[in-house]
Amino acid sequence: MTLNEVPLIVTGRLAAHDDAHTIARYEATDGYQGLRAALGHSPAEVTGIVKDASLLGRGGAGFPAGVKWGFCPPNVWPRYLVINGDESEPGTYKDRILMERDPHQVIEGILIAAYAIGCAQAFLYCRGEMALAHERLGAALNEAYAAGYVGKNILGTDYSIDIAFHWGAGAYIVGEETALIESLEGNRGMPRLKPPFFPAAKGLYLQPTVVNNVETMANLPWILRNGAEAFHALGAETSRGTRLFAVSGHVKNPGVHEVEFGVTTFRDLIYGKCGGIRGDRALKAFIPGGASSPWFFEEHLDLPLETKAVGDAGSMLGSGAIVVMDETTDVVKASRSLVRFFAEESCGKCTPCREGTTWMERILNRIIDGEGRPEDMNLLLDVCDNISPTITWPPKQTTICPLGPSAPPSVASVVRRFPEEFERYLGAKFEVTVPINGAAYLPKPAASATVPGGTES
Amino acid sequence: MARLNPENTELARELIGHYPRPKSALIPLLHLAQEQDGYVTDEAMVHIAELVGVTPAEVLGTCTFYEMFKREPVGKYLVNICQGIACTIMGAEELIGHAEDALGIKVGSTTPDGTITLERAECQAACTEAPCLQVNYRYRYRVTDEDFDGLVAQLRSGALDAEIPPHGTLARRPYRQHMPADRRNGPGFIDGAGEPVWIKRHREAAEAQGSTS
Ligand SMILES: Cc1cc2nc3c(=O)[nH]c(=O)nc-3n(C[C@H](O)[C@H](O)[C@H](O)COP(=O)(O)O)c2cc1C
Ligand code: SF4
Ligand code: FES
Repeated sequence: MTLNEVPLIVTGRLAAHDDAHTIARYEATDGYQGLRAALGHSPAEVTGIVKDASLLGRGGAGFPAGVKWGFCPPNVWPRYLVINGDESEPGTYKDRILMERDPHQVIEGILIAAYAIGCAQAFLYCRGEMALAHERLGAALNEAYAAGYVGKNILGTDYSIDIAFHWGAGAYIVGEETALIESLEGNRGMPRLKPPFFPAAKGLYLQPTVVNNVETMANLPWILRNGAEAFHALGAETSRGTRLFAVSGHVKNPGVHEVEFGVTTFRDLIYGKCGGIRGDRALKAFIPGGASSPWFFEEHLDLPLETKAVGDAGSMLGSGAIVVMDETTDVVKASRSLVRFFAEESCGKCTPCREGTTWMERILNRIIDGEGRPEDMNLLLDVCDNISPTITWPPKQTTICPLGPSAPPSVASVVRRFPEEFERYLGAKFEVTVPINGAAYLPKPAASATVPGGTES
Repeated sequence: MARLNPENTELARELIGHYPRPKSALIPLLHLAQEQDGYVTDEAMVHIAELVGVTPAEVLGTCTFYEMFKREPVGKYLVNICQGIACTIMGAEELIGHAEDALGIKVGSTTPDGTITLERAECQAACTEAPCLQVNYRYRYRVTDEDFDGLVAQLRSGALDAEIPPHGTLARRPYRQHMPADRRNGPGFIDGAGEPVWIKRHREAAEAQGSTS
C-alpha cells in the first residue's frame, strides 16, 4: 500500500517539535508568516484565496469556509468570529491536539479569518474539560499580544482585533453553533431555531457571526503561505488538502493521523497507518465519522475519505472520528453506548429528541439486561422512526438541531446487519415491520461473509 | 468563604471586561467561584449576579445546565472515567468496576476521607488512548487496573500536588489570559460600531480604482 507523501499542513510543527506550543518555536518555523501574507492582500482577496483553496469546514458539516464568510450581510456591523473548540463528539480527537500542542497556529488562523471577514472581536471557545488546552491557549495569547500579533494595530497596520479566550463547563450540545452562541452569551446552551437565527445573519448578540472549527482555522496559515493552488493540488473532488482522522478502537496502533483528504481510503488508515486489527482478528464494523454516522463494514474499506463518496455510500465523514470494532465486539452494547450519549446530552428542548432518545436507551437497557421482549425491536425502531421518519440518510430533521435525529443510525446499523446479536439477548427471533431506508443500513452481503479483512492492496 | 474574595473579584472584573456584554462572562465567573470554594455556593452566585448585572436566578439557570458545575462539595479530586464509545469497547466498564472496588464507593459518590469523587463521563477527546480518565480534568491514558491503583496512591500521598491542583482549578494562574491594557483593542462595539477601518480602506481603494478604470 502506498500512502501519498504529503506535507503535514496542521500537524507538521507539533510532530517535529515538543515545544511547538511556544512562540519562540512558532516564530522559528514560519510562524505568523501567513498573517503577514494576509495583511499584504485585501480582505476580499484573502476570502478569495480560501475559496479557491476549497477549504471545507472541519467541524462536521463540511461547509466551504470562504463561502461561509461571504454570507455575512454587507454593511451590517459589528461582525463577530467564534471559534468552536468544544470537541466532544464521541470518537473525535483532533482539535484538542491542535489547541494543546500548536496553539499559535490556531491563533494565527483566527487572525487571518477575522481580517478577511472584518470582525470587531473574536472568541475562542474551548471545551471546559480541557485544562491543559486552557493553559496553552492562555499562555499563547499572552505571548501573541506581547509580540504585537493580537490586539491594537497588529504588526503596525490599521488591523486591530482582540481574541478573548472563553471556556465551557461540560455540555456536548454547546458544540452546535447556535448553542455555542447562547453559551457565549452566558445562557443555558440550548440551540436556536434556524431560521431566523442563522449565525451569519443573527448570531452573537444578534449580530452577523461566523462560527468555524479549530482545525479549519489551523489550515489558514499554511494556505496563506503556500497559496490556494498548493492546497487545492492535494486531495480530490470536493475534499482538498489534508485532514486529521482519529482512529480508535480495536486497531494495533490507534492514533490521530493527518492524511491526504479525498484519496486516502479507510483501508489505508486502518490497515496501513494503524497496523490492522489487534490480534489479526476480523473486522466487524467501523464508525466512519462520529457517533451520528451510520456504521460501515468490510465492503466499505476501499472507499476514499472523500466527503461526497462517503455520503453517497450512506454515511458521513463528520468530524474525522473512526472507531474500529473487531469480531469480538458486542455491537448491541456498543450501540447502547452511543444511544446513552444522545439521551444524556439532549438539551431537552424538543420532544422527539428528549423523549425519543430516553426511550431508545431504556429499551436497549432492558434488552441488554435480559428483560427484553421480541416486540421491543419493533418498538425500538418505531421510536427511531418517530425521531426521524423513514430512518434514512441523511436523516429527516424533526427537531431544532440535528442531535435527536443523530441517535437512530447506530441502532439501525446493528439491527440490519447483526439481527442475531439482538436475538441472542432476546432468546428469540423477532420480526421488524418498521422500514429502514438508509443506504448503509444493509444486511451482510452473502459474498463477503467469508472474506477475511486485512488483505492489503 | 462564599462570596468571591477581593483577588477573585478583581479577576472577575477583568474577565467581564473581555466581553462586549457582561453576561458573557457568566461561565468563566462560575468557574472562578468553583476554583475558590471547590464548588459553586449560593453566596457566590449572588455575588456573580451583582457583578454581571443579572438576577441570581439567571445565574442559577446557567449554572445548572452545565455538568462541570457542582452545587455541593465534592472530593479534592474528581475522577471521571470515560464511558464513550471508544473507551467502552476498550474496557471502560471493567475499569469503572475496578475503580468502585478499589475505592469502596459507587460511581457518583465520594470516599469517606473526602479525597476522591468518582464519576462516569462522556467522550473526553482522547479516544485513541482508551480507556482513559481525567483527574480534575487532567488526563491519564490507556489506564490499566494497576495504573488506577497507582494513581490513587499518588493522589493520596500528595505526589501529584504540583501537577494536579484541587478540584475547581482549570488553568493555573500563570497561564490565564490577561489582555494588556496598552495592547488591547477594547471590547464591544455593540452599538454604533461601523465598518472596521481596514475594511473601509480597502473598499474605498477598490472603489477609487473602479472609478478611474
Ligand atoms: C450536536 C452538534 C454538535 C456539534 N459539535 C461540534 C464541535 O464540538 N465542534 C465543532 O467544531 N463543530 C461542532 N458542530 C458543528 C457546528 O455546529 C458548526 O457547524 C461548526 O463548528 C462550523 O465550523 P466549520 O464550518 O469550520 O466546520 C456540532 C454540530 C451539532 C449539530
Ligand atoms: S434536537 Fe435535542 S439537543 Fe437539539 S435542540 Fe432539540 S432537544 Fe435540544
Ligand atoms: S470515547 Fe473515551 S475519550 Fe473518546
